[in-house]
Amino acid sequence: MSILLPRLTTRRRVLRSVLDGAAITLALPFLDCALNGNGTALAASGKPLPLRFGTWYWGMGHTPGHAIAERAQTGPGVGFLEETAALKPYAEQLNFFSGFGMPLDGRSNYTHFTGWVGNRTGSVPQKEGEIANPTLDLLIADTIGAGTRFKTIDASSAGIARENYSARSTESRAQAEISPVALYTRLFGADFVDPNAGTFQPDPAVILEKSVLSAFMEQNRDFSRTLGAEDRRRLDEYFTSIRQLENRLALQLEKPEPNDVCVRPARPAEPAPDKLAQAREIPNVIETHAIMAKLLAMAVACNQTRVFNMVFTDNFANVRKKGETYTHHLLTHTEMIDPSFGYQPMAFWFNQRCSEAFAVYLATLASIREGPGTLLDNCLIFAASETNYAKLHTIDSIPVWLAGKAAGRMKTGLHVVGGGDPITRVGFTAMKIMGVPLRNWGTKSLQTSKPISEVMV
Amino acid sequence: MTGVPGRGRICLALSAALVLAACAPNEPPSTGAPATMRRLSNDQYRNIIADVFGPQITVAGQADALQRSDGLLAVGADKAEITPSGFEKYYAMARSVAAQAVDPDNRASVVPCAPRSAAESDENCAQQFFAKVGRLLYRRPLAPAELALVLRIAGEGARLRQDFYGGLEVGLVGMLQSPQFLFVVDTLEPDPAHAGKQRLAAYARAARLSLLLWNTSPNEQLLTAAEHGELDSAGGREDIVEHMLSSPRVEAGVRAFFEDFLHFDQFETLEKDSVIYPAFSVRVVEDAREQVLRTVLKHVLDKRADYRDLFTTRDTFITGSLARIYRVPTAKPEGSAWVPYEFPDDDPRAGLLTEVGFAALASHPGRSSPTLRGRAIRENLLCQKVPNPPGNVDFSRFESADAQKKTARERLALHSTNAACAGCHKITDPIGLALENLDGIGQFRRTENGAVIDASGTLDGVPFQDAAGLGRAMRDNPATTSCVVQRLASYALGRNAGGGDKPYVDYLNQLFARNDYDFLELLRRVALSEALFAVKPPVGASSGAPTARMNP
Repeated sequence: MSILLPRLTTRRRVLRSVLDGAAITLALPFLDCALNGNGTALAASGKPLPLRFGTWYWGMGHTPGHAIAERAQTGPGVGFLEETAALKPYAEQLNFFSGFGMPLDGRSNYTHFTGWVGNRTGSVPQKEGEIANPTLDLLIADTIGAGTRFKTIDASSAGIARENYSARSTESRAQAEISPVALYTRLFGADFVDPNAGTFQPDPAVILEKSVLSAFMEQNRDFSRTLGAEDRRRLDEYFTSIRQLENRLALQLEKPEPNDVCVRPARPAEPAPDKLAQAREIPNVIETHAIMAKLLAMAVACNQTRVFNMVFTDNFANVRKKGETYTHHLLTHTEMIDPSFGYQPMAFWFNQRCSEAFAVYLATLASIREGPGTLLDNCLIFAASETNYAKLHTIDSIPVWLAGKAAGRMKTGLHVVGGGDPITRVGFTAMKIMGVPLRNWGTKSLQTSKPISEVMV
Repeated sequence: MTGVPGRGRICLALSAALVLAACAPNEPPSTGAPATMRRLSNDQYRNIIADVFGPQITVAGQADALQRSDGLLAVGADKAEITPSGFEKYYAMARSVAAQAVDPDNRASVVPCAPRSAAESDENCAQQFFAKVGRLLYRRPLAPAELALVLRIAGEGARLRQDFYGGLEVGLVGMLQSPQFLFVVDTLEPDPAHAGKQRLAAYARAARLSLLLWNTSPNEQLLTAAEHGELDSAGGREDIVEHMLSSPRVEAGVRAFFEDFLHFDQFETLEKDSVIYPAFSVRVVEDAREQVLRTVLKHVLDKRADYRDLFTTRDTFITGSLARIYRVPTAKPEGSAWVPYEFPDDDPRAGLLTEVGFAALASHPGRSSPTLRGRAIRENLLCQKVPNPPGNVDFSRFESADAQKKTARERLALHSTNAACAGCHKITDPIGLALENLDGIGQFRRTENGAVIDASGTLDGVPFQDAAGLGRAMRDNPATTSCVVQRLASYALGRNAGGGDKPYVDYLNQLFARNDYDFLELLRRVALSEALFAVKPPVGASSGAPTARMNP
């Protein structure tokens, strides 16, 4: 008896392993995953569309008074000012959130760190570098991420892999793909199964690989018992990682549903050496971001993932203009405010590029037709920075956007004013829309159980 | 006066040589820390693959980097986890390595036997292969169940692929993605000297030594020595350590420590503006990193010179690409051929701090940074914590003056007028400003914006006039030696050597001073210390955990 015999598989086929005697059930793709109850239909298959969630990050916040017109209370219409003018075409796809607080409960503001950690995890760090709780994208992935090859995908055009804002904990922080070619290879390389290919033949090698992983995992569970509690917890994370790979391999054995939206993109060109050496020069960052946005959007459309994280510039905004001695970050602290403008002109210029990049990102998602709408309509994008006004390192009123229609689950076109409520209300709202079964979220003064009903359908 | 003579009196009565021996400090007892497991670094992974399968094997890609903790990546390894995307990378590396290891070009040197037929399984030959390779990968012999599993997998794989070597490949992938390869585990065994107690198992002791001294897993010889109990006796261990220290491979161990100690992982993301610094290139980045390491290795390994003199030495190596930065003639001006080079006595450069590698790494992409340099010196080389900038500083007061001041000293002087900033900038800036004659990539300059640079300052009360003077002050600062000792102890133990380890670190400091700050001797004493092997049972271990099973 052998499980390793290559044979055609069908949905719900169960492979049995002689190696460990255990049943290995293939994760069921697509059809049995969390689905949007209000979902529209896929053009090719007629099946409901799944929910998708993305995050988008930029460093250094915005320029208060020159980015979004202030409002006294929540209402329709976001007042795009010169710094965010590029986003105006997407006014009906966006909600903007201002005036939400980041209470520290006596803890320090670790500059350019506390802001994003509090916003994405619901807990401000007690010490430098600490990420005490999972980021919201992973909680959402735990709910909607099954049944795709990748539970989450992380990409960054900022050129620093470790500066990624998705983590289970301090020590379990995903590193982003910083090379478009590597991102392409992972998403659309040899292991990609084209849903529209005329024929489908499960690769016997994949069956073999999956069985080997399962067999070793069982043995490694015995090994786990020799360890202390903390190391067992670390090993559990390893086992979780193996299971995700097993699921990915299982999906490669399934014939995917036809999906006429999905078109395998062209492989990006290898960057020229001079560009590679200047990865954080802003034109190169913009170019890399545009390529990655297309790859991520098509990966979502092709059901390779439902949760995707993009970093445009990192939390220390190490990006720069050619020939300038100051990076975006340094400019926010050292550049003079031009009295005629009322802001730091060069720092403002970088902030504008961030808004433009976000607009490109939204345009890329909106360029893919899906059912009667677009891919953007079927996504929820949580976009935020780590500070409000970088010049002062302020973390109250950090600018946050929620974009997309979340497949009919989110109202848009609103400027929501927080009135000092904890900023976690925004993330909690996003998670509620995505169906995460949480009654409340966050710790200490950041804990909330109040989603923002104004944006929920 | 009667009674037991004092230790000092005994010392006086002995010959000079015996005095040294008798007065040498004794290692304080160490209770150790709970047994744990450490994730391999990328360099360790590559070294092990090269050792086991040959240097011709290409390790494509790399795993997620370790996170630095208490100043060291090696300490972060103690906490490192493997995320789903990180596992994907390990899995891809495992597939690639396994395929290469048994391909037609390599199988003859990797597989110790020939199968009956290349088209079918051969359990006997597969067993020889996995017993040999598995022992090296897991850093101990495989348990019977482990060997049985991998043989079944290899057999099935061979049958399905109709290829004996294909079967080996499948089994090898399984082992290379296993936590028992990717994590170095502190396995325990009963301590024969203390009934009811446990000690670090012999194979785990071999792994600690090998990773410390060679930055790789134990080789067959060391594993055999562990198996035969040679690490159980002081004499046997001393012989092994002497052998390892006399091997050329110790260079990899010392190099790995200094790369970690000097935070050289930051070179991975180092960029400089191509307009402001046209002489800078990818080649310069590689050479600048290598120059510092070559300087260190020659100093501490070849010359066995005083560690402190690293901050004053004029002895280094240079390449054509670096020569353009240093603006010095070289015999081989092009390419990356290394030639020894000594900065002349009248050259303002002396010591590691004035090499391009340090100056460029602790700078911004388009300008130097006295604050970053000062912080790097304080935190990395003197082990002194510099607080982070406060989160509520209004930078407005600096802005107008910032644009009008010509030198960094003038600009930074403004920070001393703000109490919230002054506390930290007083720690970093006076020493960072000493390096202002070196621009953002380490090129020498006398002026900035037309104003003559004043590089004078003080380090903990010791005045200096320039970068070379700072180097001398660093040389004579007690924190310079205590820092490298503390970091080496942490690096070896795989955890921050603080608190309860103070007696041990004090002991090493005394030894370091007594041995004229000979780093290799310090390394030898760490390798021989009881503290290196001192562990306690892991916290929260399952009762009756089969630790002995791991050490058949």
